[in-house]
Amino acid sequence: MIRLAGVTKSFGSQRVLNALDLEIPSEEITVILGRSGSGKSVILKHIIGLMTPDSGKIYINDKDITRLNERELNEVRKQFGMLFQDAALFDSMTVGENVAFPLVEHTRLPKKEIQRIVEEKLRQVGLPGVAEKMPSELSGGMRKRAGLARAIALDPKIILFDEPITGLDPIMSDAIDDLIVNTQRQTRATCVVISHDIASTFKIAHNIAMLYEGQIIEFGSPEAIRNSSHPFIRQFIKREAPGWNAGP
Amino acid sequence: MAMMNFFEYAGRPFVGILEEFGRVMLLFLSAAVWAFRPPFRLRQVFKQMEAVGVNSLPVVLITAVSSGMVLALQSYYGFRMFGGESLVGATVALSMTREIGPVFTALMVTGRAGSAMAAEIGTMRVKEQIDALYAMSVNPVQFLVMPRVLAGMVTLPVLTVVSDFIGIVGGYFVGGQLLGINSGVFMARIYEMLDLNDIFNGLIKAVCFGLILSVVSCYKGFYTTGGAEGVGRAATQAVVISTVSIFISDFFLTAVMF
Repeated sequence: MIRLAGVTKSFGSQRVLNALDLEIPSEEITVILGRSGSGKSVILKHIIGLMTPDSGKIYINDKDITRLNERELNEVRKQFGMLFQDAALFDSMTVGENVAFPLVEHTRLPKKEIQRIVEEKLRQVGLPGVAEKMPSELSGGMRKRAGLARAIALDPKIILFDEPITGLDPIMSDAIDDLIVNTQRQTRATCVVISHDIASTFKIAHNIAMLYEGQIIEFGSPEAIRNSSHPFIRQFIKREAPGWNAGP
Repeated sequence: MAMMNFFEYAGRPFVGILEEFGRVMLLFLSAAVWAFRPPFRLRQVFKQMEAVGVNSLPVVLITAVSSGMVLALQSYYGFRMFGGESLVGATVALSMTREIGPVFTALMVTGRAGSAMAAEIGTMRVKEQIDALYAMSVNPVQFLVMPRVLAGMVTLPVLTVVSDFIGIVGGYFVGGQLLGINSGVFMARIYEMLDLNDIFNGLIKAVCFGLILSVVSCYKGFYTTGGAEGVGRAATQAVVISTVSIFISDFFLTAVMF
């Protein structure tokens, strides 16, 4: 289970997270929904220890990761897989080498076995036979799939998705949504998805956490969020602009 | 009060430079520590040695041979005025080994490999690939910075030795073949005046320059912000700061060693 308790983070004079509390249940898909620039990615980066909070605690399976040194943090991170916004594949390696990277780094598996796992993971994300290609030869959607294959290479217990469908066409977005749902079903992993897309969120989420002004203003099932009386949530779901300034 | 403000204002750039110098040193120390921790990343080190060393060889050769030839030509015109043509060989050899070999090699490698280091690591930073390394429990200083710094320190002296030799060959060709200086005298004066220490001290310089250019370039890349524009800025700054640092440190190294 992932739990954030009173997490505060400021960049300069701008307070992005304001004593944020959030409990993410295990083995389910939780979508953190919020406006662009509202600090959704910042939450994700705190969960995996890429950022440390100014104050507050972050528990991964009851272990406070804000107090760990790098070696201990690395052990915790091995339970994670993360799909970055632009996939963050290494340009200098082939797709296959990218997917193999965590296996080469953290296991002592023989080359043949690694190759087998790479092919299996690439098949799982619907990209068979691209192992020899360079990331620059892939389309945006294919890169995301390859990034997901790399993220699940070590069979992580927690998978983080940073805006998985941003910048994709509707058909590819839908395919990635299906992929997230199927991956979660197969691996029983805890999935945390960052999104600002309503349709996609209602399709994949078991739980939705609504981020507004640095806090989670509502957490619940898609049904509960849909029926929420909070004016911001109502507006967000109905995609209405008036009454709320355009923001940063 | 006004005086205080003046000092504050005038001192700010220096504080900035000092701060940045401190951060460069921290990155270097971190790379040094990671060099002795497993896994040792030999593959990355060799890959960087190829990028920094082998691939820089052509430009280094061209620079060395032409500077050796020009040196011979220029010193010949000077020495001819008082009948000292026989000193051309020794002049070329001493200048090449003490100064031109290490400094020009370092400058060429900075332009070629230093800018590439900053641009490559900078791109990885803005495309979240460095975050991805952290997320996959791989330390990016060990994976990216350490191999480049090690490659810089190992390959620069090797390139410098080649550059020294080729520069002297260039000088020999101009002096002995084109200007008609007796080649026996040319070589004899080199033997007479050139000490092994001249070469060694030049190589110590080369190691220092290799360290400076790789650490500065990696630093600039590692802390890149601001997308594609930031990557361009990082590459430019890497070359400018490395070059200036190489010249400044060259003065002090020369003052200490010779």
